[in-house]
Amino acid sequence: MSFGELVLWGLVKFVAIVFGWVMLVATVLTYLERKQSAYMQNRVGPNRAWVMGKKFPLSATLGQILADAVKVLVKEDTEPPRGGNPILHQISPALALVPALLMWIVIPFGPGPMPGAAGENWFLIADVNVGLLFMFAVMSISVYGATIGAWASNSGFSILGGLRVAAQMISYEVTLGLNLVGIFMIFGSMRLNDIIWGQGELAWGIVLQPLGFILFMVASIAETKRAPFDMPEAESELVAGYFTEFSSMRFAVFSLSEFIAVVAVAAVGVCAFLGGWQIPWVATPVDAAGVPIYGWITVAQVAIFLAKMVFVIWLQMQLRWTLPRFRYDQVMKLGWVYLLPLSLLNLVGTAIVMYLVR
Amino acid sequence: MDPNYAPYVPVVIVTILVVGLAAVILLLNRMLGPRRPTNIKSIAFESGADPVSKPRHRMSVKFYMTAILFLVFDLEVVFIYPWASRYRAWLADDAFAPVAFGGMILFVFIVTLGLLYEWKRGAMDWE
Repeated sequence: MSFGELVLWGLVKFVAIVFGWVMLVATVLTYLERKQSAYMQNRVGPNRAWVMGKKFPLSATLGQILADAVKVLVKEDTEPPRGGNPILHQISPALALVPALLMWIVIPFGPGPMPGAAGENWFLIADVNVGLLFMFAVMSISVYGATIGAWASNSGFSILGGLRVAAQMISYEVTLGLNLVGIFMIFGSMRLNDIIWGQGELAWGIVLQPLGFILFMVASIAETKRAPFDMPEAESELVAGYFTEFSSMRFAVFSLSEFIAVVAVAAVGVCAFLGGWQIPWVATPVDAAGVPIYGWITVAQVAIFLAKMVFVIWLQMQLRWTLPRFRYDQVMKLGWVYLLPLSLLNLVGTAIVMYLVR
Repeated sequence: MDPNYAPYVPVVIVTILVVGLAAVILLLNRMLGPRRPTNIKSIAFESGADPVSKPRHRMSVKFYMTAILFLVFDLEVVFIYPWASRYRAWLADDAFAPVAFGGMILFVFIVTLGLLYEWKRGAMDWE
């Protein structure tokens, strides 16, 4: 493709994927999470915002999302407390949102061409050949938003939350990265599209790497700062942690980027361990050049990708209200003393098995 | 367009657009929302009480230790990634397979010794 075409398709895919897919899933998730936590605590949850007061399917969901969006937009955007840094305070939500959205560049949610086949992959923004490395590089940046925001707030709770978020995210990033190494070794690629095709031929990652899957799930919950690892924003001890001093849209951008990161990490887990868009026992039809023939089966594959992703997110939400929060020293000890050696063991074990059965 | 660089054109475009999106969202709020700063609002929130100490005090050295550990181990992960994605191809070559296997086992062994040392010296104890 020429430069102009690349620019054009970049724009089209940005609009389609970021607005039509990522933002949609993340905003629906902000509603679903409140509703699900309400049901688990025997409450009703948000049920007052209806579209035109009518009861039709999704009316409450849509109404709540729209009401939230309007509400956060017209609330007062407060300055940081005295002694804080207004400029850093203003840009830190953007620093959290940008990496969360950039993670989506390399995640395919539909079938692309087979490994080695030439052709365009229409279901992701950019088919970078070091896909997951790119994703982890971007994910590392996302720690800055929270830390800088906390520091700029000049508040005791914020600083404590910021320190916690920095130490926790960098600790679990190592484990998260190491658990995917087993997948890279088996499928010989860092491109998620190749990994998913490989899972269709061989077996899903969860079968080949059961320990890796469990460790990945634990580390991904910790990396996205969700309960039981929500130490940085533990509401019973730190009010709201690193975003205590944020209001209106700045606060909403922080929580939205957290949800986007949750969905992104769930999507990576699905791609690497749960077969991505592969439907069990259904072969993807391809033409002679190895490019998939798009049709109804493609629609089903995108739907099943969404279903798997929702399942992983549902599991995380379920854990959130089932398990009590860890103590901070337990979180750090779990990361460095248990998860990291186990993932090294997983790596060495995979290397040995592959060497023996080659 | 060089096929090696072609995928990065959308990456650059999307990065610019995402930064723009974040800026638009935040500026929209600044324009639409009211601005009524008061003296009370500009005090840091400490459960209704006046703050008694400066928040930017000295922090525990453990956070610093964690950052150092992260640097070491994240570098190690980055070092393993290229090896991992070539490992399967190398195993097909009988002459090179033991080198590819043994080299990384040795590397991981040395790293694990480092981890054990850190653990025994108490870098991971947060009591």
